[in-house]
Amino acid sequence: MGGSINVNHLMFLAQGALWTVGLSLIALIGGGIAGFIIALCRIAPNRAVRVVSAGYIQLIQGTPLLVIMFLTYFGLPAIGIPISPLAAASASLTVYVSAYLGEIWRGCIESVPRPQWEAAEGLALSRTQRMSKVILPQAVRIATPPTVGFMVQIIKNTSLASVVGFVELARSGQIINNSLFEPFLIYAIIAAVYFALCYPISRLSRRLEQRTGFVRPQLVEA
Amino acid sequence: MQVIPVVQDASAMKLDAPVVSLKNVHKSFGSLKVLNGVSFEVGRGEVLALIGRSGSGKSTALRCIDRFEVIDSGEIEVCGHRVSDPKLNLRALRQDVGIVFQSYNLFPHLTIEENIILAPCSVKGVGKAEAKEQAKQVLAQVGLEDKLHQYPEQLSGGQQQRAAIARSLAMRPKVMLFDEVTSALDPELTGEVLKVIEALAAAGMTMVMVTHEMGFARGIADKVVFMHRGKVHETGSADILTSPGTPELAQFVGTGL
Repeated sequence: MGGSINVNHLMFLAQGALWTVGLSLIALIGGGIAGFIIALCRIAPNRAVRVVSAGYIQLIQGTPLLVIMFLTYFGLPAIGIPISPLAAASASLTVYVSAYLGEIWRGCIESVPRPQWEAAEGLALSRTQRMSKVILPQAVRIATPPTVGFMVQIIKNTSLASVVGFVELARSGQIINNSLFEPFLIYAIIAAVYFALCYPISRLSRRLEQRTGFVRPQLVEA
Repeated sequence: MQVIPVVQDASAMKLDAPVVSLKNVHKSFGSLKVLNGVSFEVGRGEVLALIGRSGSGKSTALRCIDRFEVIDSGEIEVCGHRVSDPKLNLRALRQDVGIVFQSYNLFPHLTIEENIILAPCSVKGVGKAEAKEQAKQVLAQVGLEDKLHQYPEQLSGGQQQRAAIARSLAMRPKVMLFDEVTSALDPELTGEVLKVIEALAAAGMTMVMVTHEMGFARGIADKVVFMHRGKVHETGSADILTSPGTPELAQFVGTGL
């Protein structure tokens, strides 16, 4: 017990930070793919598909991520599906992120002006062609700032994976603190690392938000 | 401005059959009756001007032709497509009908060329090289051959509207619908768009247009339909604009000129 913080501790923290970044990327990619499908389901022509996807979003958004983590990590083995901490954390975050991104992106798709749909329809494009060639390219631009902003939420929420024993940044801080017992110093370092990860991203998000409309590089406003 | 004759596929329909016909069309939005038994016909190569006050149902009537609105009762036939039939092949209808809107609705993320070749390439399966050649042709037709690689936002309103017309023409439609296409433009830009439409009419394109430009309607329309309270109130040649047969039309053109 005791002693002062040394290079090995810092290396351990750095490894934890890497896992935080890794888990965030898994959540973003997994949640992004699932969220995209959910966004499309939310505006599907079929009513049943719309209702089911809306129900999914309501259910997940109305459940704490912590509970989703417990459910996957402790609940699944209890019904005979063993799961590793990494798999449990990845699955939980994917489910959680998909519900939020699905709803954010549905809004972005629907905020492409209605006349754009009509113009595409008037040109005899099929629904799939209208979506992929006219609506989605425009929706992606609208969706970029809020999606980047949501990345910050994902990074911070990965800290909850520590409760299922996954050693990411927060958990590695806990472990070091258990041997050094310097909570103020160690958690301050942890906070600083989270901030260093999140701050550039939220700055980027704000920058993207200020850039409205279809401004191309050669036309960037002063 | 170069005029390319409009090629019409006459074999698909009887020569003297109307290209567009509405019979006793009714349409309500909720409790609001917008079309209350509207009938008119447009023959091949004819230009029909739909005029009337805001809210008289003229834009709705136009949108029904391309099935942007589904009618409650009555019959609409366009280029041999039974538009009022629920089993209508919507995409086949829209390949025969070109529509141009008040707000241009060019796709902002595509260049003018990409806007124009999108539908021919993805709907008709035209090759890219051929479609690009065609894009040059239709842009020349509207006097914008130098704007091929510009984005819509880099064009003036009048140029955007002409590009939108070119985009419709690239699908080689048999009939063109114009929904108040100059209402968002100042008089100078209106002139350049009207010139393009005039050239199309001269080339024999069948057209239905909703317009507030009475002088233009008088000059170009073969047929004028004056709508009032969801009905065709008066119809005839462009002469009815100068010598109206009903007090309502007299009042409308009186204030409209």
